Amino acid sequence: MTTTWFTVGLLTDIPRLSAKVVTVQGTAIAIFRTQTDDVFALEDRCPHKQGPLSQGIVHDKKVTCPLHGWVIDLHDGTALSPDEGCTPSYPIRISKGVIELGLARLDALARTI
Amino acid sequence: MIRPRLIVIGNGMAGIRTVEELLKLKPDLYDITVFGDEPYPNYNRIMLSPVLAKEQTIPDIILNDDAWYAEHNIALYKGVRVERIDRVKREVITQSGQAHPYDRVLIATGSRAFIPPLPGADLPGVVGFRSIADVDAMLAVCRVGGHAVVIGGGLLGLEAAAGLVTHGMHVTVLHRNGNVMDRQLDSAAGRILEKTLEAKGIVIRLNAHTSALKGTERVEAVVLKDGAQLPADLVVMAAGIRPNMDVAKNSGIYCESGIVVDDTLQTYDPKVYAVGECVQHRKACYGLVAPLFEQAKVCANHLAHYGIAKYIGSMTSTKLKVTGVDVFSAGEIAAQPHHEEIVLADAARGVYKKVLLNNNVVEGAVMVGDTLDGAWYFQLMRDKTDVTALREHLLFGQAHVGDSGHGAKARVASLPDSAEICGCNGVCKGDVVKAITELKLFTLDEVRAHTKASASCGSCTGLVEDLLASTLGGDYSAAPSVKPICSCTDATHDAVRAGIYRHELKTIRAIFEQFAWQTADGCAKCRPALNYYLLCAWPDTYQDDPQSRFINERVHANIQKDGTYSVIPRIWGGVTSPHELRAIADVAERYAIPTVKITGGQRIDLLGVKKEALPDVWRDLSAAGFVSGHGYAKALRTVKTCVGKEWCRFGTQDSTALGIRLEQLTWGSWMPHKFKIAVSGCPRNCAEATVKDLGVVCVDSGYELSVGGNAGIKVRVTDFLCKVATEEEVIEYTTAFIQMYREEAHYLDRTAPWIERVGLPYIQRRLIEDSAGRKALAERFTFSQQFFQIDPWLERSEGKDAHEFALPLELV
Repeated sequence: MTTTWFTVGLLTDIPRLSAKVVTVQGTAIAIFRTQTDDVFALEDRCPHKQGPLSQGIVHDKKVTCPLHGWVIDLHDGTALSPDEGCTPSYPIRISKGVIELGLARLDALARTI
Repeated sequence: MIRPRLIVIGNGMAGIRTVEELLKLKPDLYDITVFGDEPYPNYNRIMLSPVLAKEQTIPDIILNDDAWYAEHNIALYKGVRVERIDRVKREVITQSGQAHPYDRVLIATGSRAFIPPLPGADLPGVVGFRSIADVDAMLAVCRVGGHAVVIGGGLLGLEAAAGLVTHGMHVTVLHRNGNVMDRQLDSAAGRILEKTLEAKGIVIRLNAHTSALKGTERVEAVVLKDGAQLPADLVVMAAGIRPNMDVAKNSGIYCESGIVVDDTLQTYDPKVYAVGECVQHRKACYGLVAPLFEQAKVCANHLAHYGIAKYIGSMTSTKLKVTGVDVFSAGEIAAQPHHEEIVLADAARGVYKKVLLNNNVVEGAVMVGDTLDGAWYFQLMRDKTDVTALREHLLFGQAHVGDSGHGAKARVASLPDSAEICGCNGVCKGDVVKAITELKLFTLDEVRAHTKASASCGSCTGLVEDLLASTLGGDYSAAPSVKPICSCTDATHDAVRAGIYRHELKTIRAIFEQFAWQTADGCAKCRPALNYYLLCAWPDTYQDDPQSRFINERVHANIQKDGTYSVIPRIWGGVTSPHELRAIADVAERYAIPTVKITGGQRIDLLGVKKEALPDVWRDLSAAGFVSGHGYAKALRTVKTCVGKEWCRFGTQDSTALGIRLEQLTWGSWMPHKFKIAVSGCPRNCAEATVKDLGVVCVDSGYELSVGGNAGIKVRVTDFLCKVATEEEVIEYTTAFIQMYREEAHYLDRTAPWIERVGLPYIQRRLIEDSAGRKALAERFTFSQQFFQIDPWLERSEGKDAHEFALPLELV
């Protein structure tokens, strides 16, 4: 299984403590930038009631869902205790200020394009 | 790396709570060692009553098991008593002579039962009621038909008596004063409680003085001063508690009635801290759990080197928890000459309520039989609210006005487990009780986090607090005396607002630094509050931080459950025109907006707009002359009007024109929460002005102004503020009131709870008696409006914040 890297845009495209959304075959993926310029990617869907996490308030390495206030860890998409749930996360790499999103099984994706 | 060593003497609730708070702040700062003289890990001492009554078992009440200590690398010495602290060599010396070096010591040795110096007090079968060992000793003697005598009719004694009687014992309580629980109850309340307890089979002897305990192998009888002799297989000493100061005294640390500590919980030796029932702080010793938890928090803050927290003493309330007997007491219980008493007594129902007022501020409350409103009185007391306006219905409680969702529920204790407590999140009483007992929760916040009860609209907070009290038992005391903004900080709303002015703090980061925020970026609770406070304090210079705005205010539309948005254009005073209606209809069709709805505020809501379509929708609405209705914002929502004397045969003034004028003056202003105004043209009040944040009711001779109404979670009718003669005065009072609310309410307080906290007389003093102050408030409002009356929709339709509304990039 290989990971293919897609250019998402420049780090500076995303204001600190906010997010931008990209779509992959209809699935929305939120790319978050923290105060310390770390970047994370999660599916843009809260495990609770599918709220758009990209629209939430980002703090430290977490985001608070705008619908009911669940707090999701940006590292791996898990809900903070005592809430339980997890949203898929994706690898990110940054080189020279360019953000790239890693998508696995691209061979499968490529066939459907 | 060698870490400094922290030794905790005492493995009880106060010591371990301090350790837990410390681990939250600085998990790796110390090597921690805990000494406890009991052979158990930390357990919940206030749950000993249910254990005695066999409603719970020992494993149920363990708070931190051995695995917890191991997980946090805490060395726990169970069953080891500390003899003294060698403060010169900095070593803690155990009873067996072992020396353990330290850098900091925390003394949390708690208290013990006071055993009066009576002949025979050392006989087997004479026990206190403080520990698992005491309960074991009591249970060993318990048998149907046996005799138990409890010496002391205070909180602990009555709980012990109630526990013993469930085992079929004959129980007699001996109390030396004229009524039981005389520290917490007056004689009338005491009588009712005595009757209730007697109905359970407990014999109570008042003014009873014990002279000796008799027995050979073990205790057999209690002899009273009047010569009476009572058979006794068991004697429970509940004549008070005494702080355990032996370790401190053996170490030369200054003690009075307890180990003396300052506001940072430091003893006279700066390397030695002390918390809990063993300490004396500002002349007071506490025997309840809530103050200990407040102390733990402050002490941990200093142990973690933050050095900003201060313990200034606790206001405590008491709840006796014996199944079927509800007693609440807080503050003063006996009226002094400066007190006024308000009393409700219904002996047949077993209900007694008394509130003591001093200058219209609650200073004490005593309740028996119906204690649902205990938390409310306690809050009024804590906030020193002026209750002049509430006097008439004070004793009928807070729930007599309509609570939507759970209006008819009176006594939470009598509800079945299936009763819904939280209507927002569908949480039943059984769920809450189970979470409190199984997850060992102590505070409202913990219950909110684990069950979601009271976590949404908050209207069931009183019920949840009552459940906490009734489940936890005698020592639960409502909430800490000061509530921090959120868990990122210990600072309160008021402290931060004052600090913003005093230190001229101009950014959120500056506030974080000044108040030593414990998180790097704050959280979704504090950042919007701080952003608002700065905006309010520095209207002309503060740069709004979009990332600290809730999504609705960031994109100027209301997010819906499917991620689309709703758009409400402003319709001034609810008056529209064919041109405007046509423009709205065109927009709805052009953008295929699925739902068009008339709102409760005389406006039109367009629901189901995709985020990326918002700027186009706004551009078209702007072109037709509309501005944002702020239906998404903590700001002025709408000014509802009736048609007034222009059309109505009863109308006394032009309420429509006045409403439009008020809306044009006040729209766009950011506030702590949403704000609604209404203007009715006559006392028939068709615009429902008396349930708005500010209501104007026109009468023939002028305008009646009232404030603090709400038709939402809790229906609250406005309080009458004053009557004025001219529209100009209406405007001055309205803008001054709004500005006072903007400057003084806590973020997310509607006007109703704000006024209930500060009291209507305070508002009247500021707005009516102080005319110069009123004018200054109105001027500050007008000044700030020049920066906020900029239509956010127009700006965004012209390209501002374009990145917010961009279509998502498609990668594959």
